[in-house]
Amino acid sequence: MKPETRNPKRVLIAEDEPSIVLSLEFLLKGAGYDVTVATDGNQAQHLAESLIPDLIVLDIMLPLLDGFEVCRRIRKNKKLGHAKILMLTARGHESAVKKSLMLGADAYMTKPFSTRELVGTIAELLAP
Amino acid sequence: MLTGSTIVLASFAYVGLLFAIAYYGDKRADAGRSIIANPYIYALSLAVYCTSWTFYGSVGRAATSGIGFLPIYLGPTLMAALWWYVMLKIIRISKANRITSIADFIASRYGKSHMLGGLVTIIAVIGVVPYIALQLKAISTSFSIILKYPEVVMPDKAGAPLFLGDNTFYIAMLLAAFTILFGTRHLDATERHEGLVAAIAFESVVKLLAFMAVGLFVTFGMYGGFTDIFDRATEIPHLTALLMLGGESGNYTTWASLTFLSMLAIMFLPRQFQVAVVENVDERHLNKAIWLFPLYLLAINVFVLPIALGGLMHFPNGGVDADTFVLTLPMAQQQPLLALLAFIGGLSAATGMVIVETIALSTMACNDLVMPVLLRMKWLRLNEQPDLSRLLLGIRRGAIVVILVLGYIYFYLAGEAYALVSIGLISFSAVAQFGPAIIGGIFWKGGTRTGAAWGLSAGFLVWLYTLLLPSFAKSGWLPITFLSQGMFGIDLLKPQQLFGLHGLDDITHCLFWSMLANIGCYAGISLLQRSSAAEHSQATLFVDVLKQSSAAAGSRFWRGSASVDDLLALLSRFLGPERARDAFTVYAGSRGGKTLQALAADADLVHYAESLLAGTIGSASARAMIASVVREEPLGIDEVMTIIDEASQVLAYSRQLEQKSHELESATNELRSANQRLQELDRLKDDFISTVTHELRTPLTSIRAFSEILNDNPQLDPAQRSKFLGIVIKESERLTRLINQVLDLAKIESGSAEWHSGDIDMREVLEDSVTAVSQIFRDQNVMLNINVPEALPLIAADRDRLMQVMLNLLSNAAKFCERPDGRVNVTLAQEDGTLRVDVADNGIGISPADQEIIFDKFRQVGDTLTQKPKGSGLGLAISREIISHFGGRLWVTSAVGTGSTFSFTLPIKAGSKFQVSNQSAKSKPGRIST
Repeated sequence: MKPETRNPKRVLIAEDEPSIVLSLEFLLKGAGYDVTVATDGNQAQHLAESLIPDLIVLDIMLPLLDGFEVCRRIRKNKKLGHAKILMLTARGHESAVKKSLMLGADAYMTKPFSTRELVGTIAELLAP
Repeated sequence: MLTGSTIVLASFAYVGLLFAIAYYGDKRADAGRSIIANPYIYALSLAVYCTSWTFYGSVGRAATSGIGFLPIYLGPTLMAALWWYVMLKIIRISKANRITSIADFIASRYGKSHMLGGLVTIIAVIGVVPYIALQLKAISTSFSIILKYPEVVMPDKAGAPLFLGDNTFYIAMLLAAFTILFGTRHLDATERHEGLVAAIAFESVVKLLAFMAVGLFVTFGMYGGFTDIFDRATEIPHLTALLMLGGESGNYTTWASLTFLSMLAIMFLPRQFQVAVVENVDERHLNKAIWLFPLYLLAINVFVLPIALGGLMHFPNGGVDADTFVLTLPMAQQQPLLALLAFIGGLSAATGMVIVETIALSTMACNDLVMPVLLRMKWLRLNEQPDLSRLLLGIRRGAIVVILVLGYIYFYLAGEAYALVSIGLISFSAVAQFGPAIIGGIFWKGGTRTGAAWGLSAGFLVWLYTLLLPSFAKSGWLPITFLSQGMFGIDLLKPQQLFGLHGLDDITHCLFWSMLANIGCYAGISLLQRSSAAEHSQATLFVDVLKQSSAAAGSRFWRGSASVDDLLALLSRFLGPERARDAFTVYAGSRGGKTLQALAADADLVHYAESLLAGTIGSASARAMIASVVREEPLGIDEVMTIIDEASQVLAYSRQLEQKSHELESATNELRSANQRLQELDRLKDDFISTVTHELRTPLTSIRAFSEILNDNPQLDPAQRSKFLGIVIKESERLTRLINQVLDLAKIESGSAEWHSGDIDMREVLEDSVTAVSQIFRDQNVMLNINVPEALPLIAADRDRLMQVMLNLLSNAAKFCERPDGRVNVTLAQEDGTLRVDVADNGIGISPADQEIIFDKFRQVGDTLTQKPKGSGLGLAISREIISHFGGRLWVTSAVGTGSTFSFTLPIKAGSKFQVSNQSAKSKPGRIST
């Protein structure tokens, strides 16, 4: 089955803060997505390559390998060409935003986020 | 036997002899073997002072005033005694400055003033004209008398026709011719006439011999010797009076003023200045002259009184003019040769005076009167004339003629009214006006040009009014009322009783008023003024001449730039090309044997050229001419000092500049490193802020997310609800804690935290903190031990803060403990004036690399672990700040796998008491059950 037409959509969450992971899991599972969690950068990269998710929610401050690097590697990977990347971070610096978009992220959201906004953006990104 | 032609022939022969001597003298001088470089010749030349006044006039004066003829010889004798100083000074000044006349001297002294030079010349000419007239009268009278030999007849006093019909006029013109031939054959830069001096010396001998011959004849030939004459004279009453002082011979005032006048005259008569100063070749000759000249005067005066007495006795009743006794006595005694000798003697005396005096006057007139005026008239384009020597000679010759004509005119107008001596004294009074300016000029630096000019003018005008004009009045050329009633009929303005001063003879009266006016104006105006720079330099040169070396004198106050060719050309114009070249060659030779080509146009050469020129055209004009070819840069010692000052200022400034640039460099470096530090700090601050931001936002994210979830999902099951709410609460606490810690740390670091120091018992703090964390330890199943001694000194610290540190260390220890079997030991001990606390755990340990970074803000061991540790990461940083604040140290000792020990020390409060605890010192287990 082609990833694009898969249903439900597979979402990979890369976040190290447990409470935030919990909230994200609740939200995305509640939205009907298939959710996997990675808690560090290496894990995120491996899981992405093996699962070929439709969307990756990527925190910048990840242990072992930071979010920017994960983003770069994912974008290098042709197999993950269709995967959407949503950068999620407490760093609201303009330079972080620019860098994310330059590296190929599709969207950027700062913490603390609005749950409605988050779910809505993800839905948009995953819309066929 | 004495025919007219004989006499004329004899006269011409004599003059011819004089010429020959002069010619010979000049030739020898040109060959370098001067015949006049001889003190005897010098002294004899000074005897030109004795003119026909001496030859004829003294006897005439003696016949009326007895020994009253003497004062005018006393003066020079007295003056000679001072010559060793005064005359020496004048001679040296004149040589140093190439001064060639009295006018030049005065002009040069007062700042090289053309005006003064001209004034002096005018006064000299007008003053001396009567004197020349006197000589003319003597010659013509004696000629007329001797023509009548053997009869002794006085010449016809009836008015002879003016000029062409008058013998005297021809005599004057002849004298002019002689003078021109003697003195203006060429121009000499030094205005010296060696031949002339030789001739004059010879002439002095002739007149002395002639007079003495007559004297001897009268005394021993006609009578039996001195005693004989005087004995006979005493027999005649009115003659006896002549032999005594006072009365006829004049009172003391007259003697005093006559002596004074003659003292000045011997110095300042133009002819005297010429022979004594200008013609002087060696100032050492003065030494001989000082006694030789008075000796001459004595010799020539010895026989005056005898001749006078003899004449009076021989020619009774005043039939024969006493002025002629010297001639008429031999004539009356049938002595033709003696008479001729006497005539020649008289002629000699007269011609000598005229020639020298007229040459001196014509030099002054040319250099100081005519040339300055001509040079000023630019339209004449004199500067462009290549050879001006002919013009100069022409002017001089013209001047000679004019002076002699003037002499003749005075003779015609006023000559008959006076005796010879009286005429002479009028001239003495005129040249006396030079006295203050010159004597003042060589002794007083304060004399100024204006002062001298006013003094001279005032004195001259007074002389004019009180002596010269009256002489015309007495001859009938001015109304006699001028004398008897004063000008405009004002009594006080009577020329010879000015302002009511009467009782004085004419001469004394004039002397008094003229000197008063002269000295008064000179001194008064000079004192009121300040001299100009040029005057002052000249004044110093003059007054201090005996102190300085002469060589450098002139060039010291001058600097300029010129070319040798320009100077040579200028000199050629005035001296003629040959003489100019010769002069320069001589100069070059004297400067170390250089040739003319090798000559450099330095200040000395310019000064030399100027001196040469001054000799020809006067110093004031020479100055002007030199200035026109040379670019002058007057450089005084002040300017040199200024230049040196400026140079040293520039040096100092550049050193300052160097120093400043060094300072600037180091300041820039400092600034650069400070900027770097600042940028680093800035980066650190940015890092800190971004980290803090991140740390604050993280719990907030959970709080918001779950709050929204709880809000949006009311149907959530209670277990989940409870879980989510728990997270919200926990994260809120975390957030609060974090905010507090950040603020705390910020306050501590910025120094604005509040510290409440008091006396602390550390044991209490430890025990309290252990109590506070006991629940956590129980939860985590970790053993906690505490070990405190009994007696411990107090420390000064903030209790709450110490608690904070202990809680931080204890909670960290709990976190990192090995599980199960975790054990934490707390120890308190006294050590080297400090208290030491150790918190040891048996956890996983900290690698050396991490041991420092754990004290950094937000750094936590555990970044490298999969498990993120609890806590904010600020705890240790804050603890360290607190311990540091109280003067202590906080560190960790650890090795991976063997646990960690966090230790800190705090200084004991000085003089603190021991607190004895009532508990034992034993190890006290924590209230944690195993």
